[in-house]
Amino acid sequence: MKVRAQIGKVLNLDKCIGCHTCSVTCKNVWTSREGMEYAWFNNVETKPGIGYPKDWENQKRWNGGWTKKGGRLQPRMGGKWRLLAKIFANPDLPEIDDYYEPFTFDYAHLQTAKESKAQPVARPRSAITGKRMEKINWGPNWEEILGGEFAKRSEDYNFDGIQKEMYGQFENTFMMYLPRLCEHCLNPTCVAACPSGSIYKREEDGIVLIDQEKCRGWRMCVSGCPYKKIYYNWKSGKSEKCTFCYPRIEAGQPTVCSETCVGRIRYLGVMLYDADRIEEAASAENVEDLYQAQLDIFLDPNDPEVIAQARKDGVPEAWLESARRSPVWKMAMEWKVAFPLHPEYRTLPMVWYVPPLSPISAAAGAGKIEMVDDMPDIRSLRIPLKYLANLLTAGDEEPIAACLERMLAMRSYMRGKTVDGVIREDVAERVGLAPAQIEEMYQIMAIANYEDRFVIPSGHREDTEDMFEERGSCGFSFGNGCSSGSSETNLFGAPARKKLQTPTEVIS
Amino acid sequence: MADFLNHLLFGIYPYIALSVLAIGSIIRFDREPYGWRSGSSQLLRRKQLMVGSVLFHLGVIVIFFGHLGGLLTPIFLFDALGIPHSAKQILAIVVGGVAGTLAFAGATLLLHRRLFDARIRATSSFSDIMILALLWIQLVLGMSTIPLSMGHLDGGEMVKFMTWAQGIFTFQSGASSYVADAHIVFKLHLVLGLTILLLFPFTRLVHMLSAPVRYLWRSGYQIVRSRKMAMRNG
Repeated sequence: MKVRAQIGKVLNLDKCIGCHTCSVTCKNVWTSREGMEYAWFNNVETKPGIGYPKDWENQKRWNGGWTKKGGRLQPRMGGKWRLLAKIFANPDLPEIDDYYEPFTFDYAHLQTAKESKAQPVARPRSAITGKRMEKINWGPNWEEILGGEFAKRSEDYNFDGIQKEMYGQFENTFMMYLPRLCEHCLNPTCVAACPSGSIYKREEDGIVLIDQEKCRGWRMCVSGCPYKKIYYNWKSGKSEKCTFCYPRIEAGQPTVCSETCVGRIRYLGVMLYDADRIEEAASAENVEDLYQAQLDIFLDPNDPEVIAQARKDGVPEAWLESARRSPVWKMAMEWKVAFPLHPEYRTLPMVWYVPPLSPISAAAGAGKIEMVDDMPDIRSLRIPLKYLANLLTAGDEEPIAACLERMLAMRSYMRGKTVDGVIREDVAERVGLAPAQIEEMYQIMAIANYEDRFVIPSGHREDTEDMFEERGSCGFSFGNGCSSGSSETNLFGAPARKKLQTPTEVIS
Repeated sequence: MADFLNHLLFGIYPYIALSVLAIGSIIRFDREPYGWRSGSSQLLRRKQLMVGSVLFHLGVIVIFFGHLGGLLTPIFLFDALGIPHSAKQILAIVVGGVAGTLAFAGATLLLHRRLFDARIRATSSFSDIMILALLWIQLVLGMSTIPLSMGHLDGGEMVKFMTWAQGIFTFQSGASSYVADAHIVFKLHLVLGLTILLLFPFTRLVHMLSAPVRYLWRSGYQIVRSRKMAMRNG
């Protein structure tokens, strides 16, 4: 057993209102630069839909994630030789049009247009070529609230094994939001596919990062990642990805997307896992077993044996304490209401999702379906169980059904308590929980106070950096950003840096 | 004057070019690691790159190692192995011809794409376009030496170039005299070749120094970095 800690994340889709605040705050902080306009480290998709980039979940097309060959794991793109053979031209790489061609608008025209009968319009212009764009064809939330025709949206991979035609009818339609970011996997394919060895997982907190000075732009990671959450910066020629806001995490603060989530759906907490069993878990025989296999390598932070080993492996005391209070542990392990996104990719993702409840279907509403304890049958909810299972458990409906029942039970129990003034122990028992557990669930998932959502121990910089050496140094920057050189031209073709201008300079 | 020019181009220029190549690359690697990349434009446009890039790279790799081995392998080694100079020349013509054709076709596709595709043109730097154009011209020059070589299949001319190249690498003062009476096409090919070496550190060509062959024997797939370990070792 080798104990490692990771900051895991849970998104409670039951409360996501699809406001895109997470996407926008993330973009403002991390990707509002030339070359990265098209990249959204966090984007919110409406499901069902094919998403961004188009059809990202279809690994038959993009070859992301892992596959088993002769009983051994290897990237779906191929083994090392096969992968290197793709280096000159990578057939598994999406083109920018699969994401969208970045654009801006001719805002100046609104001010400079001559008097005319029609109101002036700011038309789009490509951010790559600067040329006029007649039509914008795709974007990070193109299918927003079921935009576009069902025929196209129903290409969604999660309809696998579902008679989907009926969901195209207005009466039976359903939707949910899916905010997506890098999963900071335990078994990341991007790391495995990087020929330069520039992508790595941090031992201290599990964050997966790209070493910008070591990346050579071979772009295999973009294909390797089944979630398509690595983006090639066409300006710098390097790949970039979600950093899990590591400077904030190290300071004990939540990521920007989590901090700004107005629905309070995001949770961050420590998970302990057995690093020696990663390969074993990712190699589970059937894809349906992968969810359980991942649960099996998480370690109980209250187990004295685990604590002893964790101390031996250098996990700081504050991290062990946080692990015991971790909301991620509670939702994933204790209440079993959070699930990994597409475990069948065998990457062992660490950003988990609570599936959404949905209104009862038209048939159930018409009284054709029985209610138990004021709770409708799970199968009468609008979002098909199978759809959620395809998204979160590789198609196994049982865990999803159990989860939704627990969430319904929580509502029923709390309604009984606060409205009717009765403690419905039977409701709690029926879903295998104690009343105290239901109340804690309610506290964390419904009330969702800041300190309950984010239990993040600060990094121990004294262990990892010589602070005395750091004094007077510069902060975060790209390349030689801290160099004091001041010439305009760069011999080696690095882009010219923007110089900080004083307000006086800007005005004059 | 002709002698001086010959000495300047083939006796002195090679040392300037090779020095800039070596020192420039080291400085760039040390000072500008963020700018050290292949500069792929596949994300912006797949068309023409899928075929062009594969043909170009395969051809150029064969040509590169062909030139390296062909010019710098000591002549006595061939003699000791009993390979006649004429046979080596025919091998060079055949392999070089095939690889050259592949590389030329690829480079033509890539150059056309770079100049005439709006997205690629807009995102290309001066050095991107220049180096690809120079490589294309160099391929044309290299291919046009083939008919000339067919005129003298005894390998004598080829041995002169080998002696010159090896003379340069062994610091022999009179090395430039070996190529003094070579055909002008050969001379242009040599000068442009040296110029490409000179420009190498300032262009995207540096990515070839990072060819990720080590990936093949990297143990396992996963990489974990520990800042703790880095500090203890550091």
